[in-house]
Amino acid sequence: MLEQCEGSHAVAKAVALSRPEVICAYPISPQTHIVEGLGEMVKSGDLTPCEFINVESEFAALSVAIGASAAGARSYTATASQGLLFMAEAVYNASGLGLPIVMTVANRAIGAPINIWNDHTDSMSMRDAGWLQIFAETNQEALDLHIQAFKIAEELSLPVMVCMDGFILTHAYERVDMPSQEQVDKFLPPYEPRQVLDPNDPVTIGAMVGPEAFTEVRYLAHAKQMQALDLIPQIAAEFKKEFGRDSGGLIKTYKTEDAETIVIALGSVLGTIKDTVDDLRAEGVKVGVLGITSYRPFPISAIRDATANAKRIVVIEKCFAVGIGGIVSRDVRSAVRNRPQPVLTVVAGLGGRAITKTSVHKLLLDAIADKLELLTFLDLDWDVVNRVLDREKSQRRSGPIAEGILRDMGNLATQVV
Amino acid sequence: MFQVRIHGRGGQGVVTGAEMMSIAAFQGGRHAQAFPSFGSERTGAPVVAFCRMDDHEIRLREPIMEPDAIIIQDPTLLHQVDVFSGLKKDGYILINTTRTFEELGIGEFVKGFQPNHLLTVSASELAQKHVGRAVPNVPLLGAFAALCKLISLEAVQSAIDEKFKGAVAQGNKAAAAEAYNTVMNQAAKETQHA
Repeated sequence: MLEQCEGSHAVAKAVALSRPEVICAYPISPQTHIVEGLGEMVKSGDLTPCEFINVESEFAALSVAIGASAAGARSYTATASQGLLFMAEAVYNASGLGLPIVMTVANRAIGAPINIWNDHTDSMSMRDAGWLQIFAETNQEALDLHIQAFKIAEELSLPVMVCMDGFILTHAYERVDMPSQEQVDKFLPPYEPRQVLDPNDPVTIGAMVGPEAFTEVRYLAHAKQMQALDLIPQIAAEFKKEFGRDSGGLIKTYKTEDAETIVIALGSVLGTIKDTVDDLRAEGVKVGVLGITSYRPFPISAIRDATANAKRIVVIEKCFAVGIGGIVSRDVRSAVRNRPQPVLTVVAGLGGRAITKTSVHKLLLDAIADKLELLTFLDLDWDVVNRVLDREKSQRRSGPIAEGILRDMGNLATQVV
Repeated sequence: MFQVRIHGRGGQGVVTGAEMMSIAAFQGGRHAQAFPSFGSERTGAPVVAFCRMDDHEIRLREPIMEPDAIIIQDPTLLHQVDVFSGLKKDGYILINTTRTFEELGIGEFVKGFQPNHLLTVSASELAQKHVGRAVPNVPLLGAFAALCKLISLEAVQSAIDEKFKGAVAQGNKAAAAEAYNTVMNQAAKETQHA
């Protein structure tokens, strides 16, 4: 049924429709509305049977989810930003133990400087932790991906992180098509664990593994993610059959067939980029978009095939690796290795900086005119940067950088957006 | 696409107003997208929320920099924030105030706009009367429905029912209706005079 609601509400309902048996909650913006919504549903009896456990930290949230999952319960939690970092050790444990937990990451920057706004630094910091990571473009897709995530996770016995842009999606009201319980039940069968802590059939989960077998265990984690490259599109196809919508899969392309320039991005910014592509197409510029839905596993072949005829690739990413540059673009480079097409990294949208159509439009024209460097920071204010660099040259005690910049910029309260 | 920017202060229901506007537009069969400016919310601090409406799916995620309409929930913001930034020349201005545009000191500024696109409504007083709290977002929504004719009063009422329950919902619906009817009657009178 169509409804107009907040992204967090849509996700909470999708999770509830997936019949989780244990939900561990610790609040952190911009994820909080999701677990609040689930808490209300458990309390009102709308979501039953389900244990809603308020825990004392993010580390506890995921640790409790690990215990619940090992005991055979379908388990869910959600976090963001520093919360994800605080649970980092448990993040590796969940995947290392092969427990099919689903966790929403409402993507948010990581401090210092403290910043509550959206970028992808948080989930990117866990990209190598062994979880599958899938990114939602819209609230509809966020809703759909959560239902698919439980199925993918349980098929593989691996945890899945569903990443959705904090505030931009979590706090946006838009139209979603909410499936019925019957539809979801038909698509997602009850959880049949591959491993379970059962007093009637005791096993150990989490034994120490020495050099004799550690490599093999790690390799199998990789092999499972490679299996996911086949499983994710298969589940997206099953989903389409049941719900009639294209959601999920490894990648999605938009006007890429004859595109000389292909923009690659993840998450909600794809919408703004598609609008920009339409404008550029109207001007006769052959440009297209490739959205990465599955970031882990990374769909090397799908990206390599979809970009085969492009002259250049522009990766717009909401994160970067300090000291080297792009993160997503490095993976894209490995997908298109041995090809002459340049892969240009554009870091954008850090800490909630708006990515505007105007800026993307100009950026793409610059890329086509071969005026882009390999690493570009979209809308970087060089005056601000140079003022700090000058201050550091001229005085030893130049003071804290962030606070110095805020002082330089003056009263921000007068700005509209 | 029609884009609305709402300016107010923390505690005035700015974000809820934008959300209800999107629900009302959805009720009318449109695609709509509402989102806040994502600041750290503090009571009294300037707050901005946005609402887009279109007959097609809305993909754009940037803030609204060139609005078709601006709603100002607190006129003291006129001296603090560049609330009219980017407003289109044929855009609408709706202000919660008991004063006129001249008395607010922006008579000269609004001269370039179409007179029937300019509206002041004493929304705080209407809210105080019907809800018992001077939260102006809902009466402004009623006035917006009458001013721009993009959402119906019935859709606004239905959006109020989604957000509020019981006496608060009833009061807000009465406040929206009075704001709507006041603007419609005023417009009818002006048409007669013309």
